[in-house]
Amino acid sequence: MSLLDLFRKSKPPTVAAQAKERLQIVLAHERSGRDSPDFLPALQQELLAVIKKYVNIDDDKVAVKLERESGCSMLEVNVELPVPAKRGAAGTPATVN
Amino acid sequence: MAKIITMTSGKGGVGKTTSSAAFGTGLALRGFKTCIIDFDVGLRNLDLIMGCERRVVFDFINVINGEARLSQALIKDKRVENLYILPTSQTRDKDALTQEGVGKILDELKKEFDYILCDSPAGIEKGALMALYWADHAIIVTNPEVSSVRDSDRILGVIQAKSRRAEQGLEPVKEHLLVTRYDPDRVEKGEMLKVEDVLEILAIPLLGIIPESPAVLKASNVGMPVVLDDKSNAGQAYGDAVGRFLGETIEHRFIKPEKKGFLDRLLRRTA
Repeated sequence: MSLLDLFRKSKPPTVAAQAKERLQIVLAHERSGRDSPDFLPALQQELLAVIKKYVNIDDDKVAVKLERESGCSMLEVNVELPVPAKRGAAGTPATVN
Repeated sequence: MAKIITMTSGKGGVGKTTSSAAFGTGLALRGFKTCIIDFDVGLRNLDLIMGCERRVVFDFINVINGEARLSQALIKDKRVENLYILPTSQTRDKDALTQEGVGKILDELKKEFDYILCDSPAGIEKGALMALYWADHAIIVTNPEVSSVRDSDRILGVIQAKSRRAEQGLEPVKEHLLVTRYDPDRVEKGEMLKVEDVLEILAIPLLGIIPESPAVLKASNVGMPVVLDDKSNAGQAYGDAVGRFLGETIEHRFIKPEKKGFLDRLLRRTA
């Protein structure tokens, strides 16, 4: 550290601080996946296939999560449905005059 | 009752074998009959680090396969009383290890030794799984560096899911963190993760901090566990870690930059 540092305003975060932050983020993600049982990916695939029979959705619009709290587990399934297309818009049959 | 300790890390090249050699020797120096086993089948190196590479006749795999007796494969250290090395095979691969085979040998060793130290290979494949399955204690060797910390976290997850203690619902494997290659100067400059950061992320008890030291390479060149170099800071740090493992309260050393003289500091300021 030099004398000049005393006159500088707040310093940018050190590379070590950036390393810590990146690790905390990536590990939080990896740890949450670690406890999930093996069947979750397969369950997600099959749910997606069933929903696709009725609604046309993208592959990444179904999220399956298992959360454990003391005494009970909760299976959370989030399905994001597409916005219903407006009548007369392209892609839906328009009235023929 | 004999205890099984596994030295593991996930990532390679962080100092597992160096630490196994030093830690096992440290336990023997304190009077505990200790056996260090090399689990890195096909990439044998513990023998070189311990300086007994020319005395290997039979190995761990020979004993598992019933081709040799345990007493024929164990190599007695020439410097330290109570210290034995069980080398591994250089020609076979990890599939030569089986859970039952390893378990049988460990049971046999337990009758004779106080501590059995398993030097794990890198990775989370069969060799590493076999090394940690029977563990009572796990020492996680971590460098203050992102990939090492991430892999340590991963191997902790494996220990908590796939060890015998986890499978059978027994008291969990006792986890200890050993930070190696720590450079206090670079930490001070903000270039390297602080030991506090690593601890906060991994959240397991700290066993020791081994400073980056030229003594480690020097010791490995001549096949001497670095703990025997009691003049070196790395050697002393390993000795301290052994003491803490045995329940002593020892303050961590070598974690602050060495104090520079007035002249050094003056020169650095103006440089």
